Amino acid sequence: MYRYTEFDHDFLKTRNAQFRAQVDRRLSGALTEDEFKPLRLMNGLYLQLHAYMLRVAIPYGTLSAAQIRKFADVADRWDKGYGHFTTRQNIQFNWPRLRDVPDMLDALATVGLHAIQTSGNCVRNVTADHFAGAAADEIADPRPVAELLRQWSTDHPEFQFLPRKFKIAISGSPRDRAATRAHDIGLRMVLRDGKPGFEVSVGGGLGRTPIIGQVLTPFLPEADLLPYIEAILSAYNSYGRRDNKYKARIKIMVQELGVDEVRTRVERRFNTLRAEWQGADRAILRALQADFAPPEFRTASTKGHDAAYGADPLFRAWADTNLHAHRAPGYAIVTVSLKAHGATPGDATSAQMRALADLAETYGHGELRISHEQNVILPHVHKSDLPALHARLRAEGLATANIGLISDIIACPGMDYCALATARSIPVAQEIAQHFKARELDIGAMKIKISGCINACGHHHLGHIGILGLDRAGVENYQITLGGDATESAALGQRTGPGFAHDQIIPALDRLVNAYLALRSGPSESFIDTLRRLGHDPFKAALYEREADVRAA
Amino acid sequence: MSREFTPSVLTANDLLDGDVIYLAPSGLWVRDLAQAYLFTDASNAAEALDMAEGQQDRLVGAYLAPAQPGPDGPAPGHFREAFRAQGPSNYAHGKQAEA
Repeated sequence: MYRYTEFDHDFLKTRNAQFRAQVDRRLSGALTEDEFKPLRLMNGLYLQLHAYMLRVAIPYGTLSAAQIRKFADVADRWDKGYGHFTTRQNIQFNWPRLRDVPDMLDALATVGLHAIQTSGNCVRNVTADHFAGAAADEIADPRPVAELLRQWSTDHPEFQFLPRKFKIAISGSPRDRAATRAHDIGLRMVLRDGKPGFEVSVGGGLGRTPIIGQVLTPFLPEADLLPYIEAILSAYNSYGRRDNKYKARIKIMVQELGVDEVRTRVERRFNTLRAEWQGADRAILRALQADFAPPEFRTASTKGHDAAYGADPLFRAWADTNLHAHRAPGYAIVTVSLKAHGATPGDATSAQMRALADLAETYGHGELRISHEQNVILPHVHKSDLPALHARLRAEGLATANIGLISDIIACPGMDYCALATARSIPVAQEIAQHFKARELDIGAMKIKISGCINACGHHHLGHIGILGLDRAGVENYQITLGGDATESAALGQRTGPGFAHDQIIPALDRLVNAYLALRSGPSESFIDTLRRLGHDPFKAALYEREADVRAA
Repeated sequence: MSREFTPSVLTANDLLDGDVIYLAPSGLWVRDLAQAYLFTDASNAAEALDMAEGQQDRLVGAYLAPAQPGPDGPAPGHFREAFRAQGPSNYAHGKQAEA
């Protein structure tokens, strides 16, 4: 993992001292709210429905045991004993008091964590494949590049006032687990003549104008990455719209200019910039690659695991859903579900965070990941340790065996917390998870994603079933989309028709799921595959069947 | 003739802890919607809002929120205001925990 240098520590210390003074000036009345707001947002501090909210970045989703322990300490000392992991690999504390925030940031800085650029019109937290450095299907660990981008973009003077916020996602695998095509820039590692480079997509995004990113270049040599990214940002800074907030994201620029013209302008800038870099980025990247060297994997028998898998049905069910293939023989990637049925997706208590820190140290080389799907990953666990790990997770209430199933739902905070929300998300997720619990293994692979407003923090456009909560004449109303896909076959879901009242969501989903179970060619055909084979019509018919009956009656 | 004024309470977030606050008949800011003053007159409401905007040393984001008279005082006129008056629905945190 990357370890902060003296420079990093000094930078954070200075920045936190500046923010402390800004808070003092706000409290003394020397700063108005209009003056203070951009300053607090630059430091991740929002004002939400019931309280302030502090958003802390988890760069590319990687955490050490010490870092997640610090989250637990911050949650206990200054918040309500829990944190909420978000779809952008951030953690949000929902109840801080303004006066305490500088102390929270100082505490976080001791373990190299910060809230810088988790808001504002700048390059936000660079997100990555949560299986980075561990996945069997990976070409190379993308995190050295992600860390390079973090260092380069943090406090970058040219890119602090972009037309709008800017999100970069990176994957080192041909399998896209980072939803790269739904980002302003998506980087997907590919090989050419045995050498790694990146397919660069641009102009993806969700929100009120959902667009799948377009390929700007199918292969960018790794050596050109930073000057090329700088050229994209520079072109966007010059040509992105500033006249209308809703047309200011780079996706609109790409739509209006066309991807070919954008490519021309980016390459023109790149040709100037490339010569100016002179290799400093390469030297830093090489050092970062050493920081992210894999742990020393051990060789051991997996007989204990194999025996438990054959004899313990609870372990087997968990292993079947929550493990993924690791690059090292005898190892597995463990996903710890933060989606216990009826729980708030992405929430972890301080006790759970401390338990995860202990388990990471005991069984997982001290490393954890937070996924954009709001779960926790122990990326490197030897199979011989899995039965013991599972038993400890069970004791902590963290052994829910539902990864990739209908109850493994992404949900934004929605109107339970968010000042922008138009409806609640969390209760809808809770109700769906509980309702389908008994049938979820039969239903199989299913991605439900819920947003409480059109800004789409819950990635509803990318859900196999997407749910969007809206305010319809003063009542919560939920639109359903079908067929979204966050992976390398990225697709936006299509709206089915009129929305449903809150109490009609479960019956509607029941009809949809029942239609799928009746229509699938067999248990091995997933919901999304059945939908692709048959098209949306039979599912829409099922969804609106009862309503049609009511109207006809 | 201007549009009919929707009865409203004057609300904001407290500067220090962000909690939802309401202007009471006493002119003080209170945390319980039921104790808020219900404006039924547009010009009075506008004047109070103007006054609140001058109180930046203790509050953030004042606005007029629709409300209606209830047996125990003003009641929320929109579900967003109901959540603000109570707290989130996933945990007994916020105002509902203090009640």
